Amino acid sequence: MPQTRLRRARQAIVDQDLCVACGCCMKACPRAAIQVQKGVYAVVDAALCVGCGLCAKACPASVISVGEVAI
Amino acid sequence: MKKHWYDYLWIFSSVYLILGFFNILFAWLGMLCFLIPLVIATAGGGKAYCNRYCGRGQLFSLLGGKLGLSRNKQIPAFLHSKWFRYGFLAFFMAMFLVMLFNTYLVFAGAQDLRQAVTLLWTFRLPWHWAYHGTLFAPWVAQFAFGFYSVMLTSTVLGLATMALFKPRAWCVYCPMGTMTQLICKAKNQ
Repeated sequence: MPQTRLRRARQAIVDQDLCVACGCCMKACPRAAIQVQKGVYAVVDAALCVGCGLCAKACPASVISVGEVAI
Repeated sequence: MKKHWYDYLWIFSSVYLILGFFNILFAWLGMLCFLIPLVIATAGGGKAYCNRYCGRGQLFSLLGGKLGLSRNKQIPAFLHSKWFRYGFLAFFMAMFLVMLFNTYLVFAGAQDLRQAVTLLWTFRLPWHWAYHGTLFAPWVAQFAFGFYSVMLTSTVLGLATMALFKPRAWCVYCPMGTMTQLICKAKNQ
C-alpha cells in the first residue's frame, strides 16, 4: 500500500468573522475559487484555490491571508 | 473575463452624481440604491447587490484600481471592527431620520424649503442652481436636497478612504452593506 502523506498547499484563508461580504475577492479570483456564501462571508474552494493571493490583495477589509493549509 | 451588462453600472452612479448638480429632483433616483439591496437581501439573494450590481463600488474600483488613485494600503483595524461598522450604521440611520424629519417639517409647513446640500452632516453648501421650482410640493424637493446630501457625503467619504486605503474601502463600512449583511446573517444563522 502506498504511504499516505499529509500534503500542504498555499491557499487563501478568510477571517470569516470580520469578512464584510463585499465580493471584491470574487471579482479578483481568476479561478472562481472564492464565493460569498449567502451574503454572510466569503468561502474558499480548496479544490480550486492555488494561493495566488489576488483576493488577499483586493480585499478592502484585509481579512484574507495566504498561508499553508493541510489538504 | 467576460463583461456583463451589470459591470457598467458605475456609469449610472456617475451620472446620478452629475445630475444632482443640474436638477436636484434626480436625487430621488438614489432610492434605488437603498431599496434594491434590501429587497434582494430579504428575498434571499444574499449580497448580490454588493457583489455584482453596486455602481458605486465599481466606480471606486475603477478610480482606485485602473486609474491608480488609491495607495492600496491596508485599512486600519478599527475601521473594519464590528463596533465601528455597526456604530456607523446607527449614526447613518440617525442622520437619515433627521433628514426625514426635516422633510416632514417642510411638508407640515413648519419650515421653509432650504435649497442647500449639507456635506458631512456639517457644511451647508448653497445648491439653489439645481432647483428650478417644481410641479411637486416643496417637501419633495426638501427630501431630494436631503437625500442628495446623504449620497454626496458618502461619496466624499468613500473617495477619501479609496485614496488612503484600498479602492473599495468604502464597502467595509458602507451602511447599506452592513445592513444587508445583518439581514443575511439573521436569515442564515
